Amino acid sequence: METQVRAEDRIAQAIEKTKDPALARELLREVRRLAEKFLEAHGRPAAFMEVCGSHTHALAEFGIKYALRDVLKLLSGPGCPVCVTDQQEIDAMIALADGEDRIITTFGDMLRVPGSRGSLMKVKAEGRADVRVVYSPSDAVEIAQRHPDKQVIFLGVGFETTIPVLAAAVYEAESLGLENFSMWMSGKLVEPIVRYLLDTGETHIDAFILPGHVATILGRKGFLWLAEEYGVNGVISGFEMNEILSSLYILLDLVLKGKAEIVNNYPYVVREEGNPGAWKLAEKYFMPVDMAWREIDVIPKSGMGFRPEYAHFDAKKRFPVTVGKPKPTACRCGEVIRGLIEPEECPLFGKACTPAHPIGPCMVSSEGACAAHYKYLRQ
Amino acid sequence: MPGKILERDEYTAIVDVMGSRLKIGILLTPDVEVGDWVLVHAGKALQVIDEQFALESIEAWKLINELREQGVIDPTDR
Repeated sequence: METQVRAEDRIAQAIEKTKDPALARELLREVRRLAEKFLEAHGRPAAFMEVCGSHTHALAEFGIKYALRDVLKLLSGPGCPVCVTDQQEIDAMIALADGEDRIITTFGDMLRVPGSRGSLMKVKAEGRADVRVVYSPSDAVEIAQRHPDKQVIFLGVGFETTIPVLAAAVYEAESLGLENFSMWMSGKLVEPIVRYLLDTGETHIDAFILPGHVATILGRKGFLWLAEEYGVNGVISGFEMNEILSSLYILLDLVLKGKAEIVNNYPYVVREEGNPGAWKLAEKYFMPVDMAWREIDVIPKSGMGFRPEYAHFDAKKRFPVTVGKPKPTACRCGEVIRGLIEPEECPLFGKACTPAHPIGPCMVSSEGACAAHYKYLRQ
Repeated sequence: MPGKILERDEYTAIVDVMGSRLKIGILLTPDVEVGDWVLVHAGKALQVIDEQFALESIEAWKLINELREQGVIDPTDR
């Protein structure tokens, strides 16, 4: 079995495997043509940022980023929830695991994320903590039911797609009257971080490939501010080859015409209004709170945390953890998630930091830009 | 992943996800009916989705699996 496909061959092979290779080839040609047109008109390539880890992965996996590298700048933004989590908070979640009275439950991505002193996997392997990976936060509620003598804490890290799912688990725990279930809430919101990037202007971004699954909850309406207030285009995209290529085509067409629009290119899944019922449930338990992002100062109201009336479910209140400021490392994840550097520009990339021995979360998470570059774009 | 609702009760449903039967929560999509297609994320249905899209998406997932098997896409990934 072939295990390594050269970056330059990846797109050709991926195109041939799509349901409609002729369409994929045509789309790729058109995207290139419009990208060249932009390059000629502006003397620089257009810069589009994706703010969804699944898009980051797909762009690398299908070879799109590599195939268009000379005419279009595709920047990986803060789309991987684990990668954008502040190091001090990661340290706190790992410190939280110490204690015989508790079971820590988490999505798999969190397990290997390095803290200043080891990872959840390390404390689990050393027998210092009971850490369990679950598929759904509701599984953590079930564990709490089965272990009334233990405190069960779920590490709730995620964007708007995941936040209602976290709320559903709290609803279930509340309905069951569980007193031994709580959540370390680290919900992140897309709008404040995108506003931060645009306001600081540290990265030049012409348009955004908007996260399809976050838009499932927020709807196209949830992104209109981007065009209306900033005059920046966005396209809500699906994740297959032709969906991504057509999204790039739409964005190039818009930036060339000088329009500012939010286009829903994922209409079979994303509604204009999103899923307001799901977000209403999220807002029953959670409210916007100030949140520190990895190597970015605290951004006001950029996260979701528990409302004071649900403090009994709030692990941050019930199990306060004090950790010191993490020691700085040479890891440049913070710059990667802001689109300031490509993963290869980090001195650790592919040397000290690999998927087998990750130094930063961007190399750990399946949604991280460094992991995607390492697997698909390394030369 | 898209899944088709096979059975439902008040808060949960059994869905067919590419041939596997999974129990998921439907608190976020309380109006789903048997036969509907839904987008499943972390054990919950997030949205009712168009059937044609769901079927096409499943085809695409199958292709991705095929690509992984052939080594075009790293089979150890995700």
